[in-house]
Amino acid sequence: MLNRTGLVAAVAFSVLAFSAVTPARAATPADTLIEAWQIDDMISLDPAEVYELSSSEVLGNSYQRLVNYDLKDPSKLYGQIADKWTVSADGKTISFTIKPGMKFASGDPITAADAVFSLTRAVKLDKSPAFILDQFGLTKDNVDKMVVQTGPMSLDFHMDQAYAPSFVLYCLTSTVGMIVDEKLVMSHATNGDFGYGWLKTNYAGSGPFSIREWKPNQDVVLEANANYSGPAPKLKRVVYRHVPEPATQRLLLQKGDVDIARNLGADDIKTLKTDPNIKFESGVKGTIYYMGLNQKNQYLAKPEVQQAMKYLVDYATIADTIMGGLVKVHQTFEPDGMLGTLDTNPYSLNVAKAKELLKAAGVPDGFKVTMDVRNTQDITNMAQAIQQTMAQAGIQVELIPGDGKQTLTKYRARNHDIYIGVWGPDYQDPNSNAQGFAANPDNSDAAKSKTLAWRNDWNIPELTKETDAALLEPDSAKRGAMYGDLQTKVLNNSPFVIMFQQVEVFGTRKNVNGVVVGPSFDNNLVDGVSKN
Amino acid sequence: MTFDASEQEGRRGALPPWLKRLGSLFITLVVTLFGLLLVTFMIGRVVPIDPVLAAVGDRASASTYHKVYLALGLDKPIWEQFLIYVNQVLHGNLGESVLTSRPVLEDIGTVFPATLELSTVAILIGTLVGIPAGVLAAVRQGRLSDQVVRVLGLVGYSAPIFWLGLLGLLLFYAKLGWVSGPGRLDVGYQFSVDRITGLMLVDTALEGQWDAFWNAVSHIILPASLLGYYSMAYISRMTRSFMLQELGQEYIITARVKGVSERRIIWGHALRNAAVPLVTVVALSYGNLLQGAVLTETIFAWPGLGMYLTNSLGSADMNAVLGSTLVIGAAFVALNLLSDVLYTFLDPRVRRQQ
Repeated sequence: MLNRTGLVAAVAFSVLAFSAVTPARAATPADTLIEAWQIDDMISLDPAEVYELSSSEVLGNSYQRLVNYDLKDPSKLYGQIADKWTVSADGKTISFTIKPGMKFASGDPITAADAVFSLTRAVKLDKSPAFILDQFGLTKDNVDKMVVQTGPMSLDFHMDQAYAPSFVLYCLTSTVGMIVDEKLVMSHATNGDFGYGWLKTNYAGSGPFSIREWKPNQDVVLEANANYSGPAPKLKRVVYRHVPEPATQRLLLQKGDVDIARNLGADDIKTLKTDPNIKFESGVKGTIYYMGLNQKNQYLAKPEVQQAMKYLVDYATIADTIMGGLVKVHQTFEPDGMLGTLDTNPYSLNVAKAKELLKAAGVPDGFKVTMDVRNTQDITNMAQAIQQTMAQAGIQVELIPGDGKQTLTKYRARNHDIYIGVWGPDYQDPNSNAQGFAANPDNSDAAKSKTLAWRNDWNIPELTKETDAALLEPDSAKRGAMYGDLQTKVLNNSPFVIMFQQVEVFGTRKNVNGVVVGPSFDNNLVDGVSKN
Repeated sequence: MTFDASEQEGRRGALPPWLKRLGSLFITLVVTLFGLLLVTFMIGRVVPIDPVLAAVGDRASASTYHKVYLALGLDKPIWEQFLIYVNQVLHGNLGESVLTSRPVLEDIGTVFPATLELSTVAILIGTLVGIPAGVLAAVRQGRLSDQVVRVLGLVGYSAPIFWLGLLGLLLFYAKLGWVSGPGRLDVGYQFSVDRITGLMLVDTALEGQWDAFWNAVSHIILPASLLGYYSMAYISRMTRSFMLQELGQEYIITARVKGVSERRIIWGHALRNAAVPLVTVVALSYGNLLQGAVLTETIFAWPGLGMYLTNSLGSADMNAVLGSTLVIGAAFVALNLLSDVLYTFLDPRVRRQQ
């Protein structure tokens, strides 16, 4: 009697729960692109503040800069909002002319005043990316005299030194150089904040899409901008949905509930390769994977040990098998696609050679050392593979897993032995990575600039001078050669085991065309995307 | 020296019981929340994460870093930082989240309804299935149905929710297509539903958008069943044990002797008495769910409190962590209060005492 009642209740409920509510199954709307993506790093939509991967990409699709570079050939620059530019004879001023007839999404015309406002505003707000502009001698106090309007459609950009024009222009292609609508932004300004409080969650740009809404940790919605000066986007709307778990992204993609899955792991990619409805788009990104060897450690300070470690990584296996094609072997500090990058990978796994080097270093039986490992799947897998190959030469590596912010805190305090790091350029210019890997202006504990060389206690006054010199070389070809030279020196003799360059892979539905996976995170573009 | 008449009155007679009760409740609330804040604050300070780094990122200039360091008050001693924070909270200000750079209260206002909705549906499922299952197991102790309930409960207790969640998605969403996938609504409905309460089921119903309502149901049913299953495991076990205790009591024998029907004995007598401690069990389960289930929220892309709290903790975003802790603490206190009130309805002895 009772058992029957209980059972019936339980069964009836379960059945009701699972079958009464059969969802309507449909593909994604034809005029909308839906991407499943981890976007929990997004903290702002203000170009003066944005520095995170996901928000950079959103801005890349919705704002324009004075100048930008050709995605197929990053060495070519073109005017986006700027019509043309000239460099003064002393090399300390670049004068820009704005294209006529362009409009913001709001309908306001784009003038030189907007460009001056955007650049001075970024310096004055002094958020994380402001240093990209500060490099040219701009400060909060002098920026109004350094970036000045010279006519309705023209402006001058003054600098404290004659920096290489390519360096300046590449820096202006970064998100901090994006042009905002002065009239709209200032109409929301309160307490002299230049509209920061408003723009953090709103939009005032002129790109192919406008940002309709952003719900933190949920989604970002873009809508085609009717006032865009270029070719109109093919789709009406783009939705980036925050889906933290890669396995969930895979299921959504397979079911057709999203058009693109952005954070697939090596296993997911392997599984999806057999799915006839899925294809892959990939692009090489600027991010470099490397090991930093702290020179405070007595063993790691020996040049032969550093050299030995470069022979104790199974580069090919990690790239192809463990990372499943999400990285490619790359051993110089400038990524492919950057001015002056060297295309050379001289190191491969060679235990015998490493043993010889260890013997020469006076540690023929190896030694014990720790490695701080961020607890993400890719870094953990990589670290375990390195641990194995190091052991073959007698080096016992103890892995210390930790949250990303935790391992980074330790690294920045120089308390590590070995750190597996990921480093991407801040802007599309070789100086960015050279400043990280080949410069250390002050190796004291109180140093202001904590470059990667500083973090590994690598004192390199000579190399630092060479890096600084490359900044001022006006001739692009000569400048590229200078960076080539710096890369060779770091490759041959440094506490950096540079291993891989990131390959970004999008899993997409077969009916999606025109996805652009650009060299930088702010140029994964969707304006050319269409759906059959 | 003169006394005010009312003051004399107050001194002579004891406080009215409801006021006493309210007073003790208030003290419990304050002590609990203060203790929670203190412990959470201290934990946040010993986590080996640089909170400035979490706020400004790895590439910020030294001047930006220093500015944020000062803005976060990190140059002051810990106890002073704590007092400043408590003072802020007393003025109704939970501060700004470092991670989202929005007021913590606003953030919680966005994520908590998602958790509340999921937890409520889950606890409903857990209770509606768990209690009958527990009763069944107790009545048929040692028989097949008892074993089935117990094994199901054991699985619910021991299977990792991450694995079970993915399996559920694979089966019910990917293979069978019975339910919708991760997220709270299909993208198609996302733009048509206005936010009123933040609870999708309520908002869609209030706006009379029944298509969207059923879509929301099809999204919530799987994660809620999963969480409900876990609560069910606990609730059914506890129900079984409370029921066994009651069924062995003399009043049950008396009732049987009197010829009361078995159905009435079980549902009317035994369960009625077992219900009193069960209220606490259900309230505790509900409280646990309200903290947000991080793993479930991650797999089902459910933007709730659990994910928010974990992200914040991982970045040493203390304002956000403390704010969330306060909300969870307050929810627990509220549930306690609610179960106290329910006690008075269910147990005449409590009523008489009052």
